[in-house]
Amino acid sequence: MSERAPDRTTRPGVWYAVPAMVFFGLFALVPLVAVVVLSFTHWNGLGDPQPAGLENWERLASDPTVLDSLRITVLLGVVCWLVQTPLSLLLGVWAAGPQRNRAVLSAVFFLPLLLSGAAVAIVWRSLLDPNFGLASVLGPLVGIPDGNLLGSSTSALLVIVAVVAWQFVPFHTLLYQAAARRIPRQLYEAARMDGATRLHQFRHITLPQLRNTIITSSLLMVVGSLTYFETILIVTDGGPGRATEVLPFRMYEAGFRSYEMGYGAAIASALVLIGTLLSLVMVRFSGFSKMRSTLEGL
Amino acid sequence: MSLTTATAPPTDPGPAETRRRRAGRSRLEPPNRWAGLLTVGWLTIVAVPLLVMINWSLQSQDAYLADGPLAPPRAITADNLVTVFDSGFLLFFLNTAVVTVACVGLTLIVAVPAAYAIVRSPSRIVAAGFRGFLLGLAIPAQATIIPIYLLIVRMGLYDTLGAIILPTTAFSLPLAVLVLASALRDVPREQYEAMTLDGASAWRMMFSLAVPMSLGSVITVGVYTALTAWNGFLFPLILTQSVDQRVLTLGLWSFQSEFGVDVPGLMTAVLLSAMPVFLAYLLARRWLIAGLAGVGGK
Repeated sequence: MSERAPDRTTRPGVWYAVPAMVFFGLFALVPLVAVVVLSFTHWNGLGDPQPAGLENWERLASDPTVLDSLRITVLLGVVCWLVQTPLSLLLGVWAAGPQRNRAVLSAVFFLPLLLSGAAVAIVWRSLLDPNFGLASVLGPLVGIPDGNLLGSSTSALLVIVAVVAWQFVPFHTLLYQAAARRIPRQLYEAARMDGATRLHQFRHITLPQLRNTIITSSLLMVVGSLTYFETILIVTDGGPGRATEVLPFRMYEAGFRSYEMGYGAAIASALVLIGTLLSLVMVRFSGFSKMRSTLEGL
Repeated sequence: MSLTTATAPPTDPGPAETRRRRAGRSRLEPPNRWAGLLTVGWLTIVAVPLLVMINWSLQSQDAYLADGPLAPPRAITADNLVTVFDSGFLLFFLNTAVVTVACVGLTLIVAVPAAYAIVRSPSRIVAAGFRGFLLGLAIPAQATIIPIYLLIVRMGLYDTLGAIILPTTAFSLPLAVLVLASALRDVPREQYEAMTLDGASAWRMMFSLAVPMSLGSVITVGVYTALTAWNGFLFPLILTQSVDQRVLTLGLWSFQSEFGVDVPGLMTAVLLSAMPVFLAYLLARRWLIAGLAGVGGK
């Protein structure tokens, strides 16, 4: 900008941005602060919130169900990441290639993204019904004779991982596909002339070039894993026992099933804190700041 | 955070470009069979549940119960449609349509001028507002639901469609503003200068220059907001209560318990609820993919 002549064009005033800022402030930023304030109150959802001091937070620190939820949330996030990242990376890179049937494939890939989380959960719940669903046929084949995949804690968690992957791998595939298409083709051509195998090309060109996308996609997955809610509500309702109760579910239970909104707000504050920390840690350790294009090596 | 890297939607390479690449690649390298196999495998995983769902929705409940989950329908029936429409489906459908249209309208009305101001206005307040929106990308809606509930109750909007529309719109604003701002940045300054010489107002420049030149992104934002609003679950769940205000996603959930084992009816309802989205996808595929892929950035 500085090298150019001063800009004398007519410019819009601040008020162009005011409606959006007010809207967003009122329904997103104010609640973000208010959730912390509410965590220091008792409120049953009716009437006025009453001051409660540190009570909710003391209870939070020693509540075994919340600690369990935290553990389950982290476990679920890690496993979902481990399952989804390699799958969507490989699928996306392949889909960015020159295959003739790509259009048909990406059209089918896309369908789960169009269904609502509720619809996806309902379809899977029916598929997994031990009496009439696919699970009654497939369960015995994978060592669960009664087909009741939602009956044990481990398999219920794996079901959630599978449903989440079914729904979101297409989205991450799309991210990788879009990014892989932008890798300069000369890089591959040069590598091929040097006799690099496909595996070499993948390791030394594709992966480094997709670094930004891997970070973005992983961040979305990690932050997203803190928000799995309707899937769990509909497929397992937190069960069996409390085996699939992630933090947002525990918050919903405290706030809207037990009417302990203050306690729910404390859980929600913890959720915000964890989400922010996770994002910061990931950005730092993945070296966001150090990222450079591998083009420099040419 | 992660989403700050959102860029202008990538465009598909033209047919000539694609053809050239195809020819170029196939001469140098054999097709990647392992990757192809993985894709076909994933395609099966995506397609089978969808096909089972369609299969179930076409058969009568008796046939479903008698023939097992994988049998093709003995006779295709439309009875399920009758069941679904008798259960208030049309009302839920209309409620969802109202919510979706209102969210898209509101989002575009406030986000377009805001993005325009962010790109064009020298004001510091606007710049600060933009940073606020960026922060908003990392806020999980779940964590703010308790204060939003309090706010909606105090505004006297609890159990109205407005209770769904306002927060849904607010949470769609960050991405909308980001995508629109990055598109508006591409409008050349010379064009604004020319219009300034003609004595055009900032408002006119927005309507006759900025918006037409970034129409693709405006449509992307519209389509993406519509998808989010149509599939929303959490805000309707917490902020409405009566059957009159029920939206489709909640309707499906209530069908699941009300229908009991009427899985064919349930699957019909799921398919019907996704019908407008499928239609929109066929019409606006390019913009939807661009919008979702744009999230990943580079």
